[in-house]
Amino acid sequence: MFGLVEKKSTLKLEDAIYDGVLEAGKGWMHELKEGQRFMILDMEGNQAVDTTFYDLETPEDHYSAIKTIVAQKNIYLTTGTILRAESGEPLLTITADMTGRHDTLGGACSSQSNKVRYALEKEHMHNCRDNFMQQLANNMNGLNKRDLAPNINFFMNVPVTKEGGLKFDDGVSAPGKYVEMEALKDVMVLISNCPQLNNPCNAYNPTPVRLLIWEA
Amino acid sequence: MQKIWKKTLKPGEKWSGLIGRGKYVRFKALGSQANVSMLLYNMRDTSERYNMPDTLKAQYTSHLTTGNVLMSDNGRVLASFVQDSLGWHDTISGHISRQEVDEKYGVTTYQKMGNDWYRSGDENFKIELVRNNMGMRDMVPCVNLFSKVFVEEDGSMHFDANHCQEGATVTLRTEMDILIVLSNTPNSLNESKEYPAVEVDVEVYDAPPVDLNDVCVTHRSENFRAFENTWEYYNLLGL
Repeated sequence: MFGLVEKKSTLKLEDAIYDGVLEAGKGWMHELKEGQRFMILDMEGNQAVDTTFYDLETPEDHYSAIKTIVAQKNIYLTTGTILRAESGEPLLTITADMTGRHDTLGGACSSQSNKVRYALEKEHMHNCRDNFMQQLANNMNGLNKRDLAPNINFFMNVPVTKEGGLKFDDGVSAPGKYVEMEALKDVMVLISNCPQLNNPCNAYNPTPVRLLIWEA
Repeated sequence: MQKIWKKTLKPGEKWSGLIGRGKYVRFKALGSQANVSMLLYNMRDTSERYNMPDTLKAQYTSHLTTGNVLMSDNGRVLASFVQDSLGWHDTISGHISRQEVDEKYGVTTYQKMGNDWYRSGDENFKIELVRNNMGMRDMVPCVNLFSKVFVEEDGSMHFDANHCQEGATVTLRTEMDILIVLSNTPNSLNESKEYPAVEVDVEVYDAPPVDLNDVCVTHRSENFRAFENTWEYYNLLGL
């Protein structure tokens, strides 16, 4: 299940009810109704797509990286993974995946983490947590930084070793690879198409992704 | 060193409170397979809290031990690991839920077992968060002191049942004025059939000032920058 196995989608791109391109460095927020399918397609390859979810009925119940990985006793996300909320409630399930491994331990970059990780003068650089906060301000009245728990990094490769190490590797994605999921209840999707230029998560070249939604 | 405070956390017990910066917080396991789930917040602004991804990324590690620091989402050091007899504390396996406790150890109630009923990390955290004007939305990945969860190449997660023995100690030093939330509840991935009932001592002492040769400050250049951010924060506040 977790050995980088490809599982193709059975959906046709032309049947999608939503089909848009999200440029690198941009945020996006959109509702998904129960039963709808959602695809993120890596157009040029090696792009990290920082993504999180909220239970639409109770938005204070955010996506939980830990509930998701502990329930399946595996840190990588791929076909069959159930994405869970903090309450343990299943929010979505991954139904197709052409890379076979996505990260949920690496979190989202921010001005503050860039400053710590790279150099004090990196504080001005564009980052995912700023995108998240801007989208929350625009679309989710009442939600704020408290609601930003660790997210998913689709297409990002963060290997963890048995000895307790952690590093950032080149992505395992390539042009045209995608991940598809089904909403198990009504959810809000929040994405930042990562603008990080200081590590290999985007191969030092942030690129657009294509986002698609299909009816249930 | 003058001991300021001591508490023994009973199995299942929770505690939260404010601890000023520059204190040692020493934990001692009074049995094997202890697990203390811990959340940290900046007491002046609880929207600033322990951030697992930022902590692990900056230090290129998936576990915590002497030299490591616990970073906030604002790139500051909330607390640091100054002493550790175990070499590994977990931060990727979270706190145990009510459902997991009931499934693993059987349903227990206060009505039948009184104060010995099996508590969950989820309930303990929720109660203490609400008591401190927060709630479920403030729940983030915790630190699990005394637990070792390692990851195989295929990503599978494993709890090391032989890791924590009676007498194990770990000492944190507070680098900011923090709200600390503790839950002495079993690790989710502990496969023991019995609810691990381990008492843990918590003691607080005054710590000497941090110098530039400190093991946590010098651990990595990332750590030094996070300390600089922390000192700058207090300088700007005039504290």
